[in-house]
Amino acid sequence: MIPAFPNAMPVEGFIGGLLIGLAAAIMLLGLGRIAGVSGLAARATGIADAGAPRNVATAFVLGLPVGAFVIARAIGEVQVSFPASIWPLIIGGALVGYGTRLGSGCTSGHGVCGLSRLSPRSMVATAMFMASGFATVGLLRVGGWL
Amino acid sequence: MTRALIALVSGLLFGAGLAYSGMSDPARVQAFLDLFGNWDPTLAFVMGGAIVPMAFAWLIKSRLSSPLAAPAFDLPGTTKLDRPLAIGAILFGMGWGIAGLCPGPALADLAIAPVAVLPFVAAMFAGMAAHRFIPVSPK
Repeated sequence: MIPAFPNAMPVEGFIGGLLIGLAAAIMLLGLGRIAGVSGLAARATGIADAGAPRNVATAFVLGLPVGAFVIARAIGEVQVSFPASIWPLIIGGALVGYGTRLGSGCTSGHGVCGLSRLSPRSMVATAMFMASGFATVGLLRVGGWL
Repeated sequence: MTRALIALVSGLLFGAGLAYSGMSDPARVQAFLDLFGNWDPTLAFVMGGAIVPMAFAWLIKSRLSSPLAAPAFDLPGTTKLDRPLAIGAILFGMGWGIAGLCPGPALADLAIAPVAVLPFVAAMFAGMAAHRFIPVSPK
């Protein structure tokens, strides 16, 4: 626990991060691919024409909720808190879907896999979506929506 | 079959990591982006933790001629900085901030809070499909 930030979970965050990195390492060294969730999700649903084989993409995408379910059962409860209104979810979801296809990746592909690869494209993309996220939440805060 | 199994194991670990790290909680992710509110640095620890195994994986990869269970590496090019990359990242960041969700946690939440996350997931796939019809020119 960090006294200044009572809600932070640095230990769980780091351990969970190690699991995520291990998952991405298995994808890279086993199958030679980036564990990019947006790309694999688009491929699993058939929205993307090219990319990983459909069965590989589908298996990975199905693993996400199953893995989360196992953790939820193991530790009792995974706390989640969603926006009260449906609109942030719909607007946010549409922007995330369109933006990740246009920008060729999200937090996993650009953030985890690309940054560790020192890919210039991923470093630029990660800097931009981080800056955009900070600015957007900052504006929501200033505007009184949070 | 072997490859699908490997992908499933990867997805399982990924989803487990998201849930364990607190990243499946939209409020926590949004709090990381909320510098002027009750800031929560957890996401930075998750990113730090995830980069460690991947840094080793890239080192090992450079010594392999092919992946262990597939004929060849199939990785994106890394150099070209273009307009779609920039605009896409900015739009993604906006949506990420508004909802507190990105694709991985959203899909993991289908097991934790399916009703609550469904509007986001539906809109996300609609947005992905829309990209096929509304492209952005590279220059």
